Amino acid sequence: MSSRRSRISEEEIKELISNLQFLLPESRRRQAATRVSAAKLLKETCNYIESLHREVDDLSDRLTELLATMDITSAQAEIVRSLLRS
Amino acid sequence: MESKSYTTGSRDNANRNLEGSKTLMASHFLRALFRIQQTSTTRSSFAGRRRRIRRAAYASMAYSAGTRRAWSRALLRKLRSRARLRFPRRLSRAARPQRGDTDQAQVLRKLVPGGPGMDYCKLLEETADYIRCLTTQVRLMQTVMDSISS
Repeated sequence: MSSRRSRISEEEIKELISNLQFLLPESRRRQAATRVSAAKLLKETCNYIESLHREVDDLSDRLTELLATMDITSAQAEIVRSLLRS
Repeated sequence: MESKSYTTGSRDNANRNLEGSKTLMASHFLRALFRIQQTSTTRSSFAGRRRRIRRAAYASMAYSAGTRRAWSRALLRKLRSRARLRFPRRLSRAARPQRGDTDQAQVLRKLVPGGPGMDYCKLLEETADYIRCLTTQVRLMQTVMDSISS
């Protein structure tokens, strides 16, 4: 715990929470001016992280299947090309 | 260093840091995938390969952020101790009624690596970075999948 931050202002907490709002998927649909309660944002943040963890699990499943059936060394060039494009 | 950079500048800096991390993440993850495919025998189980791929995903995230972040340090510790990578899932039926900020912060602490050791402010900051990294990793895995299967 860093003591240099012992007097965190309400402002800074609000700022940090609003940073989180920008990262959530719904934030793009939401008007920028809409204020959402901190509690709701935290809840959505938790839900979002859980869904991301599930996506990693799901993509791991699918990649496992793909690796069993396809030789990725031959797809190397295409993989790198796609990554450079993204 | 002004205290303002702690928050208002963080969004811009974060986006700049992300570009370099993306490359690190991609190269680490790809190398791991190649290794997994080459070292998988007909006898290695689906579950075993899947575990390795999932582990590689979190490893590439952790290595891209390195020791700069509390969440990545915690994740690196977990990976090195070879402990099972498990993130708690909340039961659909709540064990307790939700009561406001503190409960959600507790839930968040369990989801972000290293969460239990963080104060509220640190938790919020680390969460933002963790989410950025997670979404990058997910997009990376999606891209790899799409290009292999095409």
